[in-house]
Amino acid sequence: MDARVELLLGALASTILLLIAGMVIFVLLKGMPSFTNNGISWFGFGGNVDQQLMDIFNSPANPADYNYELHAGPLLYATALITGAAIVISTAFAVLSAIFIVEFAPHNIRRVLEPVVRLLAAVPSVIYGLIGILVVVPWVADNLISEDRKESVAYVIQLDGTSILVGILILCIMISPIMIAIIVDALRSVPVTWTQGAAALGVNRWRSMWTVSLRAARPAIVAAAVLASARALGEAIMLSMVAGSVGFAPNPLDGFTFFLEPARPLASTIVDNAEGLSVVPFGQTMYAFAAILLVSSAFLSFGGWAARRSLSKYTLGAR
Amino acid sequence: MQPTARKPVKVESSWSIMDRVGLGLAWAAGLSLCLVAGSIIAYMAYKGIQYVSWEMITSAPEASLDQSATGGFLDPIIGSLVLTVIGIVIAVPVGVAVAVWLTEYGRPSGLARAVESGVEIVAGTPSIVLAIFGLLIFQQSFMGLFSFTAEGGAVFGRSFIAAGAMMSIVALPLVIGATREAMMTIPRHVREASYALGKDRATTIRRVLLPSARSGIATGATLGMGRIIGDTAIVVILLGASMQISPEDGFGGIFRGTGSTLTSYVYNNSPAGEGNAPEKAYAAAFVLLLIVIFLNAAVGLIGRRNKPQWN
Amino acid sequence: MELRQEQPQQNGTGPASGTVPPLRRIIVDSETPPVHVADQVPSYEYAPDPLAGVALDPEANIGWTEERMRTEALTIAYGGKVAVNEVSLEVNTGEVLALIGPSGCGKTTLLRSLNRLVELTPAAKRTGRIMLDNESVDDFDVTHLRSRVGMLFQQPNPFPMSIFDNVAYGLRERGSKRPRKKELEPIVVDALERAGLWDEVSKNLNHPALALSGGQQQRLCIARSLAVSPEVLLLDEPCSALDPISTGIIEETIVGLAVDIAIVIVTHNLQQASRVADRVAFMYLGDMVECGTSGQVFGAPVAERTKEYIGGGFG
Repeated sequence: MDARVELLLGALASTILLLIAGMVIFVLLKGMPSFTNNGISWFGFGGNVDQQLMDIFNSPANPADYNYELHAGPLLYATALITGAAIVISTAFAVLSAIFIVEFAPHNIRRVLEPVVRLLAAVPSVIYGLIGILVVVPWVADNLISEDRKESVAYVIQLDGTSILVGILILCIMISPIMIAIIVDALRSVPVTWTQGAAALGVNRWRSMWTVSLRAARPAIVAAAVLASARALGEAIMLSMVAGSVGFAPNPLDGFTFFLEPARPLASTIVDNAEGLSVVPFGQTMYAFAAILLVSSAFLSFGGWAARRSLSKYTLGAR
Repeated sequence: MQPTARKPVKVESSWSIMDRVGLGLAWAAGLSLCLVAGSIIAYMAYKGIQYVSWEMITSAPEASLDQSATGGFLDPIIGSLVLTVIGIVIAVPVGVAVAVWLTEYGRPSGLARAVESGVEIVAGTPSIVLAIFGLLIFQQSFMGLFSFTAEGGAVFGRSFIAAGAMMSIVALPLVIGATREAMMTIPRHVREASYALGKDRATTIRRVLLPSARSGIATGATLGMGRIIGDTAIVVILLGASMQISPEDGFGGIFRGTGSTLTSYVYNNSPAGEGNAPEKAYAAAFVLLLIVIFLNAAVGLIGRRNKPQWN
Repeated sequence: MELRQEQPQQNGTGPASGTVPPLRRIIVDSETPPVHVADQVPSYEYAPDPLAGVALDPEANIGWTEERMRTEALTIAYGGKVAVNEVSLEVNTGEVLALIGPSGCGKTTLLRSLNRLVELTPAAKRTGRIMLDNESVDDFDVTHLRSRVGMLFQQPNPFPMSIFDNVAYGLRERGSKRPRKKELEPIVVDALERAGLWDEVSKNLNHPALALSGGQQQRLCIARSLAVSPEVLLLDEPCSALDPISTGIIEETIVGLAVDIAIVIVTHNLQQASRVADRVAFMYLGDMVECGTSGQVFGAPVAERTKEYIGGGFG
């Protein structure tokens, strides 16, 4: 009886594994034609990516004439820019907030703040998107985008408030709570012998927190950052609502206007174009995007694991 | 003896400039966190209470050019509910089974590690990727019975079942994680006591271990529910964009039909979707937020109430 | 009065009338078989002592001392419960003061009040005065106080860093100017030497501190405290988690350090107290019952309670 149960459960687990592996392989395979038809220029810049997507969608029905041409540079650039900026800002913000909550916050504030942070981590992204598009975007459009600014880039792009500024801001607000929760837990679990030992040596509270507790919590910070990056990378709905639905590559040379230009990362591109999946080359292009996302999040996980391993060199067995 | 006076040493404050800067930054971060959190909650509450009403919750949405006649969001609420049920009904048995296999059996160990990595990959996969993968699968002709098939053989691929199945994948890692944690906290002597009484492993699991892991499983299920209710990408792609729930004829009915959920309703009624009814969006978002708060509190309560005491 | 020397001098008492050999060799040559720590009953009864052959006679070595700290009618209470009751005590450089007493008698609380570590416990209230060099400890910055009054804990607690970084920690993390490694090296080496650890770790100071054995870790903690040049060193049962050999090494170190640092050691091991202490203070349920030289308290205790405790009457 026991052997049969083990076999059954093992078979189930293996099936799940096969399903997952199948999904990964399938997505990669389905997206392959888009890569092979474009070669390395798939990753580059060149032309209006939205126009190219339109042309792919309008491919003739004959498989031999499928149009695959795509220079997805603007989309990759937007993804990297928005995700990267959000991670850097959020990690710094989350670390500082966690230090505040654990060490310096007055008791009453701490008691309210902690459950609120955990709640915010569970709020659906569409609600953040709603507030973004109904409150922040109009505010940015009214206060930060003057007529002159609009004209300065009118020949390339329309500025209507949806921008990478709002996207990065709301993304930070969205991914910070879960990071704060993880780092707070990690700081709290630093052995009190270390914190007391540091205090007994005449080191002030900030220094002790910074050099001992935070140092011990480094693996958790890395884990939190990886988790948050995965969420940021895959965020489609919220960014589609507030960062603009244009496959545009913001130009840093525009000065402050750079932040007010719209962009659309890979995940949002997929969501915005989901209806066209039945057109074969278009669907394959979308799968190519999904493949990039999948590989990126796998890389992130692996990178995080490797970073955590190298950080635990000094903790060894004793902890 | 009187203590000799110590050589006077210039005592600088133990807080250096950098320390003070750090302290200031920590306070700034903390206070802005309070500010942002407070304003989000306050604003949602304000707008929600302003616009939500009993009729909205209980009436179905209507397609109408006249804003006042577009009805409420009963169907989206039901849609969210149905999706959650489908997702959890699939995710919990499968998740518990996989978790049990990982903790109690787990042979060969290479396979166990592969399964663990697989689950981690799924946990990190964006739901948009799962969504279009789901579309791919359910649009195959052999999956035709899970959704609407048009004449000419094109499988629509979008239905409650399709979306629910993908939702279960989203919830699976959470259920597996929570169940594994619960099972690993059960001390060894409990298992040994059961074996000593002559029970085999399967019976031990069924009769002794799973009941004690109940609260962990419940936590995982509730976390999964929260994740499912809040997901928009899968809904937008896999549920078909019908405002009202449109069941299919024949067997299966609602499961093969299309509909919407609170999340897609909010999305569609915002300036990003077709509608321009921000009041409805706020009202629906408010209801959604209340549900999420409730689920969050439930997770906390389950964890606290049913802490099994092992001595 | 003689000045204390590094090595115990010739004296009339002891198993042989020759020079009393250093502690380390005594353990190996001892006639009484070493008692394994695990076999020792953790109570305050008179148990067989592996170091019974040692005759460190502190009284013969009391030389020059100077008052460093004192408490005046110190009272500490947690909630309503009084842990330390109107204790007045002196802590002098040049000698080792042992606080003994059954568990719960307040000796650890008293110790922790000397470097104001007791303030980390939220419910603690303190009245009475504690003076360091004739200044009240409340008058200056608490982190500055703690760099002058160091502490060693029961469980060795080296940080998860290298050996060098551990010892240099106190020096690096105070004040705004971060000292360069070249400036720190001589201080680190000196601290490790005084703590008796230099020989064992000199080969690689970048080794993770947590890879050391328990006794080595505790000596590392001693070096870490010494690096900031404290005037007073508080030891909270520093050897209770260690094996007898490490205990012996650390006791020897402590006696050596007492020349220029005021040492206060809390211990529940009466033999240890008699070995290392010059003065002994016996506490019971928060009260300072008796305080005097080691010879007085162990040889001819005045109070009834003290007699009972030393005789093993209660734990």
